[in-house]
Amino acid sequence: MSTVNNQTTYNYKVVRQFAIMTVVWGIVGMAAGVLIASQLVWPELNFDTAWLSFGRLRPLHTNAVIFAFGGSALFATSFYVVQRTCQARLFSDSLASFVFWGWQLVIVLAAITLPLGFTSAKEYAELEWPIDILITIVWVAYAVVFFGTIMKRKAKHIYVANWFFGAFIITVAVLHIVNNLEIPVTLWKSYSIYPGTIDAMVQWWYGHNAVGFFLTAGFLGIMYYFVPKQAGRPVYSYRLSIVHFWALISIYVWAGSHHLHYSALPDWAQSAGMVMSLILLAPSWGGMINGMMTLSGAWDKLRTDPILRFLVVSLSFYGMSTFEGPMMAIKTVNALSHNTDWTVGHVHSGALGWVAMVSIGAMYHLIPKLYNLNGMYSTSLINVHFWLATIGTVLYIAAMWVNGIMQGLMWRAINDDGTLTYSFVESLEASHAGYLVRAIGGAVFLAGMLIMAYNVWMTVRIKEAQALDNVPQTA
Amino acid sequence: MDINTLRGISTILVMIAFISICLWAYSSKRKSNFDDAANLPFEDEEIAKRTTIETEKKDHE
Repeated sequence: MSTVNNQTTYNYKVVRQFAIMTVVWGIVGMAAGVLIASQLVWPELNFDTAWLSFGRLRPLHTNAVIFAFGGSALFATSFYVVQRTCQARLFSDSLASFVFWGWQLVIVLAAITLPLGFTSAKEYAELEWPIDILITIVWVAYAVVFFGTIMKRKAKHIYVANWFFGAFIITVAVLHIVNNLEIPVTLWKSYSIYPGTIDAMVQWWYGHNAVGFFLTAGFLGIMYYFVPKQAGRPVYSYRLSIVHFWALISIYVWAGSHHLHYSALPDWAQSAGMVMSLILLAPSWGGMINGMMTLSGAWDKLRTDPILRFLVVSLSFYGMSTFEGPMMAIKTVNALSHNTDWTVGHVHSGALGWVAMVSIGAMYHLIPKLYNLNGMYSTSLINVHFWLATIGTVLYIAAMWVNGIMQGLMWRAINDDGTLTYSFVESLEASHAGYLVRAIGGAVFLAGMLIMAYNVWMTVRIKEAQALDNVPQTA
Repeated sequence: MDINTLRGISTILVMIAFISICLWAYSSKRKSNFDDAANLPFEDEEIAKRTTIETEKKDHE
């Protein structure tokens, strides 16, 4: 449809780098998660060391899985998709390389400072101000590379996946800067410029949109390219994807206050957040249906293709958690669920079921392509990974549902004279079994990632072995 | 103007914006354009192939 320059090639180097690091950081971040999950079962596992205490490792786990694992997956796929659908090479190879090394530096700094206890105490934005500035610089470079590539595109249209990636890049830049406005007092300590309740509202405007734009819009970009590509057919409805895009990005930014139900936040702001969260169900499911229906007429492929299975099951978990989220945002439901393990379960049904599974599926599609192979080293290992990931996720979220509802009921139970029926520690003791099941579920999911690492390692090695055979012809 | 009138107007404006986007996206004039766009993931195999060949050459020089 467009005139393609005969000289054009893509920059696959940076995509390869980020793809490999997706697997590496996935293992690191999830291993940290399994460790802290085990600490809740066996508290001795903090070894009486401040650096290994739950309070310090928990932000390390969340930052590692969201920004190191999820971030690398987003960089890899967005750089790949923007080139392939624009039919143009990245705007700048050196700037792309800067984004890779800059982001790795951010991750390493996070891995050092968080266990040392340096934190601004804002959830998902714990990193202190020097790292915040570095993130901003890397992010601007990322935006320049991404939008520069779109500007030099050979294709006439900007494919819908790029719209989602673009919204993710712009919104995360705004969120990061606004939420991290802070006054440094020493090299590793700063204070937010916002006072009290306003600080809480800014934090959860950020926090919920970290979910909405980092963990949703970006990964929907992945969905809109990799599901059609793996299924071998265009997306079910391109028109629906446009309505999906505008509806999703314009509603998500208003939902954050549901994190502050029954707090000092004004009631109207809480109710507004609740209503916006309920409306959000519509665009979320519109997107899910669009992805699923792409397979209509080709459902049989699910029987033979574990990569497609990863992608479709990720959409099922997406649909499930975007139904659960609005329900939990209803104030009366939230009165039961708030501060319980139900929230943790909800986050992981999104994080393991949706974000991780769609990333894993995209990586299994992507990595052989980057190395000019027809497929991964072993398809049956992909299948094993699929089942481990699914079983791990289900164990995890089921345990947290049971724990969460039980905690909510125990905390609100009162005797006839108005005193509490249960002490907090009684609810904690009752949660022990659920914590054990959760740790097992997490370990099963992590085992799947280790199998993936082996599969990727062998795939890259095959490539090298083959390439050595080719040396006489090409040298 | 009363603040509630402003709120009412903003709701109407958002509704109009949403309906306009739907009408724009589903207008039959744009169907062929969107069909082209939807096929973008399948139209660059040539460049992808060239890229992997070039990369392999570079790896062994």
